[in-house]
Amino acid sequence: MADVLVCIKRVPDVAGEVLLTSDAQAVDARFVGFTVSAHENCAVELAVRIATATGGAATVLTLGPEAAVEQLRAALAVGCAAAVHIDADPVGYGPVDVVREIAAVVETHAAEGRTYDLILLGNDAADTGDFQVGVRLAYALGWPVVNGVRTVEVDGGVATARGDGPDGVETYAVPMPAVVTVLEGGVEPRYPSVVGRMKAKKIPVETVAPRHEPLGPGRVRLTLPPAQPSTVEVIGAGPDAAPAVVDLLQRLGVAR
Amino acid sequence: MILTLVETDAAGATEVSLEAVTFGRTLARRTGGPVHALVVGARPDGVADQLAGHGVGEVHHATGEAFSAYGGAVWAAAVQAAMAATGAEAVVAPGSPRGLEVMAHLAARLDVPMAANVVGLGTEDDGEALRVTRQVMGGAALEEMLLPLRPAVLTVAGHAVQAEQVPAVSVTLREFSPEVTEADLVTRVVSTEPAAPDLSGALTSAKVVVGAGRGAGGAEGFAGVAELAELLGGALGVSRVVTSMGWRPHHEQIGQTGSRISPDLYIACGISGAIQHWAGCASSKTILAVNTDEAAPMVTKATYAVIGDMHEVVPAINAEIRRRRG
Amino acid sequence: MANLPRTARVVVIGAGIVGNCLVHHLARLGWRDIVQIDKGPLPNPGGSTGHASNFIFPVDHSREIADLTLDSMRQYKELGVFTESGGYEVARTEERMEELRRRMSSARAWGVPAELVTPDHVVERVPYLDKDQILGAFWTPSVGVVDSLRAGTLMRESALALGALTVVSTVEVIGMDVERGRIRRVRTTGGDIEADYVVIACGVWSPKLARMAGAAIPLTPAVHQMISVGPIPQLAERPGEISFPIIRDMDTFCYERQHGADMEVGSYAHRPILWDPEEIPSIDQARLSPTETPFTADDFDPQLEQALELMPDALAAEGAEIRYAINGLLSLTPDGAPILGETPEVKGLWSAAAVWIKEGPGVGRAVAEWMTQGYPEIDLHHSDIARFYPHQRTRAHVRSRTSEAFNKTYGIVHPGEQWAGERGKRLAPMHAAERAAGAEFFETVGWERPMWYASNETLLGEYGDAVMPREHEWDSRWWSPIINAEHLAMRERAGIVDLSAFAIFDVVGPAAEQAIQGIVVAQAAVAEGRVIYTPVLDARGGFRSDLTVMRLAHDRYRVVTGGLHGMADLKWFADHLPDGAAVVDRTSSFTTIGIWGPRARDILGRLTDDDISHTGFPFLTCRDIAVGSVGVLASRISYVGELGWELYVPMEQGARVWELLHEAGRPDGAVPVGIGVYGTTGRLEKGYRAFGFELDGERTIVEAGMARPKVKDADFVGREAYLAQRAAEPRAVLCTLTVDDHRSATGRNRYMLGGEPILTRDGGVLTDGHGHHPYVTSAGSAPSLGTHVLMAYLPPDQAVVGNRLAVSYMEELYPVTVGSADATPLFDPANERIRG
Repeated sequence: MADVLVCIKRVPDVAGEVLLTSDAQAVDARFVGFTVSAHENCAVELAVRIATATGGAATVLTLGPEAAVEQLRAALAVGCAAAVHIDADPVGYGPVDVVREIAAVVETHAAEGRTYDLILLGNDAADTGDFQVGVRLAYALGWPVVNGVRTVEVDGGVATARGDGPDGVETYAVPMPAVVTVLEGGVEPRYPSVVGRMKAKKIPVETVAPRHEPLGPGRVRLTLPPAQPSTVEVIGAGPDAAPAVVDLLQRLGVAR
Repeated sequence: MILTLVETDAAGATEVSLEAVTFGRTLARRTGGPVHALVVGARPDGVADQLAGHGVGEVHHATGEAFSAYGGAVWAAAVQAAMAATGAEAVVAPGSPRGLEVMAHLAARLDVPMAANVVGLGTEDDGEALRVTRQVMGGAALEEMLLPLRPAVLTVAGHAVQAEQVPAVSVTLREFSPEVTEADLVTRVVSTEPAAPDLSGALTSAKVVVGAGRGAGGAEGFAGVAELAELLGGALGVSRVVTSMGWRPHHEQIGQTGSRISPDLYIACGISGAIQHWAGCASSKTILAVNTDEAAPMVTKATYAVIGDMHEVVPAINAEIRRRRG
Repeated sequence: MANLPRTARVVVIGAGIVGNCLVHHLARLGWRDIVQIDKGPLPNPGGSTGHASNFIFPVDHSREIADLTLDSMRQYKELGVFTESGGYEVARTEERMEELRRRMSSARAWGVPAELVTPDHVVERVPYLDKDQILGAFWTPSVGVVDSLRAGTLMRESALALGALTVVSTVEVIGMDVERGRIRRVRTTGGDIEADYVVIACGVWSPKLARMAGAAIPLTPAVHQMISVGPIPQLAERPGEISFPIIRDMDTFCYERQHGADMEVGSYAHRPILWDPEEIPSIDQARLSPTETPFTADDFDPQLEQALELMPDALAAEGAEIRYAINGLLSLTPDGAPILGETPEVKGLWSAAAVWIKEGPGVGRAVAEWMTQGYPEIDLHHSDIARFYPHQRTRAHVRSRTSEAFNKTYGIVHPGEQWAGERGKRLAPMHAAERAAGAEFFETVGWERPMWYASNETLLGEYGDAVMPREHEWDSRWWSPIINAEHLAMRERAGIVDLSAFAIFDVVGPAAEQAIQGIVVAQAAVAEGRVIYTPVLDARGGFRSDLTVMRLAHDRYRVVTGGLHGMADLKWFADHLPDGAAVVDRTSSFTTIGIWGPRARDILGRLTDDDISHTGFPFLTCRDIAVGSVGVLASRISYVGELGWELYVPMEQGARVWELLHEAGRPDGAVPVGIGVYGTTGRLEKGYRAFGFELDGERTIVEAGMARPKVKDADFVGREAYLAQRAAEPRAVLCTLTVDDHRSATGRNRYMLGGEPILTRDGGVLTDGHGHHPYVTSAGSAPSLGTHVLMAYLPPDQAVVGNRLAVSYMEELYPVTVGSADATPLFDPANERIRG
């Protein structure tokens, strides 16, 4: 039986043009809404699969505003059994701050007899892209950590994780408890079912207040990258451009 | 002194590592002192001279059984040992998966902040801290961040700077065998197998990819691009909005959350070129954009463009190819 | 992609269902040089059409909407993009069952096959529905789904094939130029284009576009939540997009519609979520499309639970997941009707907005006809953009009304139902006195109008059962027997009526007579001081309005018309003026107070020294008189069939005249009388027709029984058509009917409210010469006759006094008899009381 904690983050669901908030400290999500990253969706899927396979339970955790409960519910709807909400504005939290709060929850739960065998996180947050919360969390807990893997399986106190390395698929095998950060692509995350969504609505979310004053992310401000000057060669307009295009294809050797 | 973590392959230092070295030199001009490099485990022939050509005065090479397989913690232990030996003020690594992982370990071990995917250095530093600019939102936005020099730990985003050669300096190679703990060894790779092709294999290995985006207009709007892909013996790819809309399956998606392609030619039809998509197709050798909007990012970043509706242009191309084939 | 031409006859902005259908019909009607632009790519530029659920239920309580929908279904079928699935509107409550019975009235009236069925009927076709959840259903076999994007493409292609159309996509409008009140130019990211006509068919963006030209299209983008659940095995095992009937779960304001292996669940139950047109993201800023905004799951959860309750086997099926969920934007208007026609602010600038998929092709055709020939085949007066008063064009009004209306989308809305919000916008000068008298205010175009007065409750004892009390809650909702008591008191003594909601405008200038002559049917070349009551026709001889015109001077006429369509009338007059005439809106200058009844002359006589005798102030004349120290324009006419006057009083003196009349009337027992009498009981007893009920663009003077012996020689709009109508046999005849027996099967008396079908005594269907089925245009008490009166257009062979027919009300038949087959009133047929 493996009990899994999976950590997620409410992030803007940006697809195209990015808008910034007026204080330039965050991305304005009013047109796109919020989601969790594809990595974290896979982490949730893996957490649920491991919990199901081992007869354990998956608990989902986030640090975020009250609205982040929406993301917790989404994870509950696909099979997580419990949820923890660290109620804090993530804009003022750096990776070190987030790790301290997650570690505090893990330690509090352990003291209450609720231990975790495995903590899964996304490889990196889709918004701040710090690439370090999972590793720092492992150091804070004194656990081993594996990064950027696509699959995780659990067997007899060992977590086996696989991911892409420069020379092929790499396998790690670490004793639990362990921290693993997940890269998308290894599993197809499920969507919630109607029944799952109904169940999720009824699961109480454990809300905890942050334990520490945050040190902050060191952020001065966000900016948008300047538009790149165009170097394109326009070879035509409309269907009349077809001969020129095929000339090009032949020149590039991709069409006979 | 600036210490740069250098990743290698059989040919020597990787391109992103050389970019990191170049960035390290920029940083060294700010902090004073030389640029050193650290190579862990395998050391290809001539790498020291290669690095010397990029301004590295001393190459530290961590050797020993501990480095026979990759592990974030043992690599970080090597960096930590090299720092202790040299008194580095900053450690720079490439923004590769390993570079990011090792720096995260290092920052955690040193209990200092880390800046991931730095693209530039601010001119006005804030006393003890560097003001760095780094990629966030997958590169769609930038963050100005204060990074304390105690020491500074950062990675350099791929292709954010261009690797620059300098007149070769004399280089010292210093081998060392850092001590590592049993706990650090636990998280090493235990085995490596060649990658198996996945669903998107056809896409990632194709010499020609024909992509379609929102301009397809609906699930029924892909016939023309699919035919073009077939005529060119290539693969069909799509942008994220297309899979979000349910018009095409997810495994056809190109982009940050889909497949990353590097074909000889990428024909992007009706794709505006959002940064997420660009992240997946930027390695294409040649890009031909077909778009009604000549100001669309996909067009301005492309090598060639045809301005027009993909539903008119693509069938005309298909017809022209068939005509020439007789 | 074509380049944007520099000029066009007409620019249609928008390539959603409306713009696409419009360009087709314009081309079909002979327009050339049509340029259609959209800021998005084709075929799905990102508007509401792109995420529509695309199903059509044809039955609506509004005839206008039902006719547009039926025409649209016919067009979709012709295009081959319609799939018939059938549809159920299911009831979970007895109250809803009653509403479904009322829906049957509309189905019969508009000729749509439908029936009320048992839960077993539903589960036979929809086996995954839990029949224990429902009491019954309204089954419409002709319900279906359409491919609205494909339809749009085919519509454009047909116009392209005629060589009439240039389509330019991904071109955004950035401005519009108006010169001398007329649209001149559209400025776009693809260059400028000059045009004689511009049509805004931009759905949720329309207000933003209209604003560029200084016009208003008062709609708001609003969220409609929809999710898609699948794959569901029960759905997957049948091929095609849809093979199970669509379910509308009316009591939870939800629908469930099969889409291949998925079930789409949509809701109108969540809190109203309104957007500003300016805040809709661009295509690049949006995650999916600009009108598919981020889903707010919490808002949807209650509906999900109810949907699961209704069809647990399908929605909880193994493997069925919520794969797509949006807050889709659609357009809502303050009164729920579309916004069609030429904007009153800018000549040549047209609106075709706030249209649903089910009405798109019908609207395309109707607007094209309107632009081509000056009138649409289907009467569109409820949708006419000219209907809005200034306050109704404000964003605050739009937001308030649409917020209130959103949850009524599937609601049970009583025909008399009043708005709760955005009230008290236009107050009569005697409002305080009315409030003190316990007025029950009903709102019309912003005006607070007393429907009846609680102070008249004492009359109930006086008249006893003559007030025709109603036993059933639905029949008596938004109604009071006090209305009938006020009616009887007016007929017996006198009533004083607040008519402030009238729209009043003057036609002035040397060509004033020519102007009026050219617009109205009646002879307007009359002496100063004459009052005429007249129809106003469109070119095909359909009613545009009916109104009164007073000749005040050789160069001045004053037009008084109903508040509901006053703004549309104002535009109609302004559009048809010759040089040398101008129209001046006086609505806010005058309040109108009516005093009628056998004692009216005595009462008014106490307040004036002017000669108001029958010979001194004959019927259908007007003149200035002094009421106390107030100068008023008095007009001797009546809409209730009694002796009396309408007094046009300067607004600031209205309260004083109101008070004076009440003081002077006290000895005679005059009472304040509400609009319940003026608009319904008084006029029905007299057989007076009302615009919007008996009269509209599809009705003629001949069929309405309002033809006079002669037609004036002077030309006027619709004269030619009217002469032809007079020469032909009518295809329907407006009749007044009385209800012979009100007793329902449950033993309670029922009273029809309007909209019910008229059938043969044994329930047989009647059809008039237009192919329409007769329905009740107006219904109400006739307290002086002691009967309930209905008006309806009957087939000519049925329009015989004494003919015995039936009215269907809540699916029961009640016997009725034709009381009048022309304009002859049931009450005081010789009109002696008006003479006094």
